[in-house]
Order: sequence, then structure tokens, then C-alpha cells
Amino acid sequence: MSNNALIMTDRFELSGALRAAIEEEMHHYEDPRSASIEALKMVQKEHGWVPDGAIYAVAGVLGIPASDVEGVATFYSQIFRQPVGRHIILVCDSMTCFIGGHESLIDRLGEHLGIGIGQTTSDDRFTLLPVCCLGNCDKAPAVMIDDDTFSSVTPDSLLQLLEQYP
Amino acid sequence: MSLTSLGPINSSARSEEQHPLTWRLREDGAPVWLDEYRAKNGYQAAETALKQAPDDLVNQVKEAGLKGRGGAGFPTGVKWSLMPKDESLDIRYLLCNADEMEPNTWKDRLLMEQLPHLLVEGMLISARALKAYRGYIFLRGEYVDAARHLNRAIVEAREAGLLGKNILGSGFDFELIVHTGAGRYICGEETALISSLEGRRANPRSKPPFPAAVGVWGKPTCVNNVETLCNVPSIIGNGIPWYQGLAREGSEDHGTKLMGFSGKVKNPGVWELPLGIPARELFEDYAGGMRDGYTLKAWQPGGAGTGFLLPEHLDAQMFSGGIGKVGTRMGTGLALAVDDSVSMVSLLRNMEEFFSRESCGWCTPCRDGLPWSVKILRALERGEGNPGDIETLLQLVSGLGPGKTFCAHAPGAVEPLGSAIKYFRDEFEAGVSKESGTEDVATLQMDIGA
Ligand SMILES: Cc1cc2nc3c(=O)[nH]c(=O)nc-3n(C[C@H](O)[C@H](O)[C@H](O)COP(=O)(O)O)c2cc1C
Ligand code: SF4
Repeated sequence: MSNNALIMTDRFELSGALRAAIEEEMHHYEDPRSASIEALKMVQKEHGWVPDGAIYAVAGVLGIPASDVEGVATFYSQIFRQPVGRHIILVCDSMTCFIGGHESLIDRLGEHLGIGIGQTTSDDRFTLLPVCCLGNCDKAPAVMIDDDTFSSVTPDSLLQLLEQYP
Repeated sequence: MSLTSLGPINSSARSEEQHPLTWRLREDGAPVWLDEYRAKNGYQAAETALKQAPDDLVNQVKEAGLKGRGGAGFPTGVKWSLMPKDESLDIRYLLCNADEMEPNTWKDRLLMEQLPHLLVEGMLISARALKAYRGYIFLRGEYVDAARHLNRAIVEAREAGLLGKNILGSGFDFELIVHTGAGRYICGEETALISSLEGRRANPRSKPPFPAAVGVWGKPTCVNNVETLCNVPSIIGNGIPWYQGLAREGSEDHGTKLMGFSGKVKNPGVWELPLGIPARELFEDYAGGMRDGYTLKAWQPGGAGTGFLLPEHLDAQMFSGGIGKVGTRMGTGLALAVDDSVSMVSLLRNMEEFFSRESCGWCTPCRDGLPWSVKILRALERGEGNPGDIETLLQLVSGLGPGKTFCAHAPGAVEPLGSAIKYFRDEFEAGVSKESGTEDVATLQMDIGA
């Protein structure tokens, strides 16, 4: 993340559709603030990550301080405040997957892609992150790539799976 | 691609009388949509409930003896009766805790992916009991299939007049909304869940005031786990004597429970079983014992936050008091087998890395103590531990125990650590370097701040 404080260095315009979607989301709650996480997820879906300017833009729509939106954006692990790859690889690192050998998956990804946890490949294709138990413990180890969950993954099968994500 | 939750339970024999949560599951694991759910008696309990007074519903759940299935085991009817009697407080919320991130927990996912209408019906009846006009399902963001299925079930239910205004002509209104999260285990703690639903950082809140008095947006709120809510329709539909006949003899808890075994067992899975079943039956008859070439070294009865037990403890009965007798908690009831190839020091290092990363950072003992335990465990794992390290770990176990931190995250983090040292102390001692003694505890402490 940038070391600068929140300075609006990049201009960020919410598209009309995105603004409308956030406004729609606000109606689900007693207080518009509740839509902040969903709004950030929507920005991320469109943009890949959440740049500084989007923090101000979302704060403007919700009518809350930008510092509050930033507080939320930096708290939750699935909101990205720096650029990430086109695909996110989430490796479950809970104890069941540890017993199932998840560390060998991370090692193999390291050898193959040249990245460790928290890093992005130089071609911006993949970002590798850990994730809490994916609720797939009878088929450990589990890996999630974008929206797809995979079971009983081995280092070899994982490399094959990556082919589906250009 | 078949659903993640498809497993041995889909092909096991189940009956309506003995498997109220799962008898409607299909063998192919496809979700049970409204027509099929109704053909299998779905929403009949809701029809019954809508003709009864809210307080009667609360009393039935209380008398049935349903306990929370989210890990803490608090009696559900008692929790419900804490909601204010003052009728002028007419904005009340029912929140479903569907954040399932406890390591080794894969039960709520099954219910939501394959039986979304059971949760909708459970929430409808519960909302009626609590006089809640709106419910939210707080679902972890990674459960994308569950989100899709729940949303479709909600649309189906609304179109059939089972949600919305004047449900089935009863005059009762109830709206249900799926709210998805964006990561962080702590969101599952019920007051942190409320903070998160309000669009804030998921820091837990002080209790009291309890959510029943001051919950989401300051309104009376009840938080229940997915599986808890899924128990409600059958209690109302089939009655208390039936419900109380479900558990095994000797169990003080009632009903069935989704229980499982994972790790290097022959047949890992989750099953709906009567409370009070001996852990050995779950391990041997359902999970098939250990895979060839592995022996059972230790097991954990219900999630990362429960203590380790030894093979000899498998005779304990799976209910809160039964597991309590052997020194820990049943937790979520989904057990983990630790085989003889696993080092306890490495396993605990992995677990404390998780708990440390997932600390919300609000209170000092947890925020600073958990990284300290990780640092020590990493050193022990490398064989570079210092004399006194085990004593320091034990100090952390007591210093982060129940009542010493702002929420139950830290006590959950140290419970497995304390029990692992109790039963496998020699493995921890083997990690103390023979030639060390140079670095004392004070420098360790400073390193952590760095
Ligand atoms: C750190 C932490 C994480 C928790 N995660 C969950 C969770 O993911 N799902 C859940 O139902 N309960 C979770 N709980 C328990 C909840 O705080 C609460 O007891 C539960 O939702 C109450 O529902 P019940 O009475 O129906 O079990 C967690 C508790 C703690 C301390
Ligand atoms: S115990 Fe840990 S998770 Fe709970 S409030 Fe304190 S810092 Fe946060």
C-alpha cells in the first residue's frame, strides 16, 4: 500500500451503473454505512482493486467520512488496496489443510510462479493469498481460484488447474 | 462442477424421523428448490407457527432444549426470551450467523448450498417468535454457491407468499436479506458480526449490553447460527417429545447434530447424528478409522478453538457435558484426527499463525500475545527454542484465557495450545536448543514489537 496518507492522487469516477447499484444496496439497511463493504466489493469487481480515489467516491455516495471507508477497506482481507493479478489464488491454510499438505501447494506455486504469499506474478496474472478454512475439510486441501473452489488439491493438479485461468 | 458440499451424507440412509436436518437431501447433491421442498413437507411447520402466539414458539424451543450450534452451545430458547418484552420496541432483527470460518467446520455450507429453504423456513419461524420484521443472513464472501442458492430460495419464497407482507394471510411481515462479507474470521463473533453488518471494522462489542437489548443499529437483535435455525422447523412441526427422543441415552443435550471427522481417516465426511453418540462410533463406524499406514495420535472434537484429546478419550459422548467431562468443549462437533506423522509443535505453529493473523487487534493481550506465541512456536519448530519457552507459552495460555480478553477469540486460540502442551510436552521440550540460553524472554518481547 502507498505510504502516503490518503491523498487523492488518482481521479476515480464511479460509473452510473455502479453508483446506482450502491444506492440500491443502501436501501437494504437502516443506515447507508452498512453498504460500505458491498460498495467496495463492487468497485473491486469492476476495477480489480480499490484505488484511493474510489474511497472518496464511495464515501461521497454513502455520506460518511472517507477515513471510515478506508478503515473498512483496510480491515477486511478480501478488499484489496493495491493492484492484484487478474486471478486470485486463495490457499486454505487452516489446520486441516495443513495436515492435508497445503504448505507443499504454496511451495510448488512458489517454484512455478515465482511468488510467495501476498505477491503477484510479474505478468499480473496471479496473486497468491491465504484464506481461512474454506469449509471443505473432508476434501482437504482446498484452494479457491476466483469464484471456484477446488477439493483434494495436489501440487500437480493445482498447476493443471491454473491453465483454466489465462 | 458438483457442489463442494456433496459428500458421504448424500448417499447415506436417512429418515424423516431421525434426520430432521438432512432427510430431504438429494443423492446428487443438487439444491432442493421450493417445489421439492414443499413436496417433502416443507413450510408446513411455518404454517403451524404462524397460527401460534410468538411466546408459545419461544416456549416450545426453550422446552425442547435446543442449544446453539455455533460453537458456544447457549440455550436458544433462553437467548430468545431475553428479547425485550416492551412492545413499543417494535423494530427487531434476527441475524443468521453464516460466517462459518472456524477451521475444520464444514456443516453450515452443506445446509445452505443444498437445503436453502430449510434455513429460510427456520428464520421465518424464528422471526415470528422474536417478532422480528427483518432478518439478515451474514454469509462469508467465499461461499458464492450458498449466496446464489439462498438468494434464489428467497425469491421463490417471496413469490409464493412465504416472505414479505402478510405471510400466508397471518398478518405477519418478514423480509430476509443475504449480506455477504469480505473475509476476517472475527466476523463470526456475534458482536463483531453486528459491527460488520453496520459497515464498520469487525471489532467485538462489550457485553452487556447484550444484542437482545442493544444490537444492530441499536435495536433488539438475536444472532443464531445456521444449524441452530435449521432445527427450529422440526421442533415446531414434530413436537417436543419427538425432539427429546432423538438423542442417545446419557446425553443431556437434545436433538441431532451435524458431526464429522476429517484428517487422515478412511472416510472423511459430515453426518447428522444423535447427540450423545460416542466419539468412537463417529470415528470408527462413520469415518472408518484411520487410513492404512496412519495411527491416531490426537483429535479435536469441534474446531480450532477446542482442546486436543487423546485416542483414549474417544469413549466420550458427543454432547457438551460429555466432552466437558474429558476437559474441553464440543465446539462445532466436527472433529479432526491428528495422525502420527504430524508434529504437534508444527501443528500448533500453524494454528497460532491463524489465530494471530485473525486477531482483530482491539485488545492488547490478544494482539500482542498471539504473535508472541507464534514466535516461540516457530523457534521450537526449528529446534532453536530457549529454556523457559514452554513456561512462557503456558503463561500465555493462562494470560489469554477466558475473561482476560475482550472477546472469546483469544481463549479459543490458547485452548488447543494448553492441551497440546499438557499431552505432548516432550515434543515441545525437544524444540529447546541444547546450546541456547543467550536470548532471554525480555529480548523476545522486544523483537515482537519490532
Ligand atoms: C472468534 C469467534 C468466531 C466465531 N465464529 C462463528 C461462526 O463463524 N459461526 C457461528 O455460528 N458462530 C460463531 N461464533 C459464535 C458466535 O459468537 C455466537 O455464539 C453464535 O453465533 C450464536 O449462535 P447460536 O447460539 O445459534 O450458536 C464465533 C465466536 C468467536 C469468539
Ligand atoms: S480477544 Fe482478540 S479478537 Fe477479541 S477483541 Fe481482543 S483483540 Fe479482538
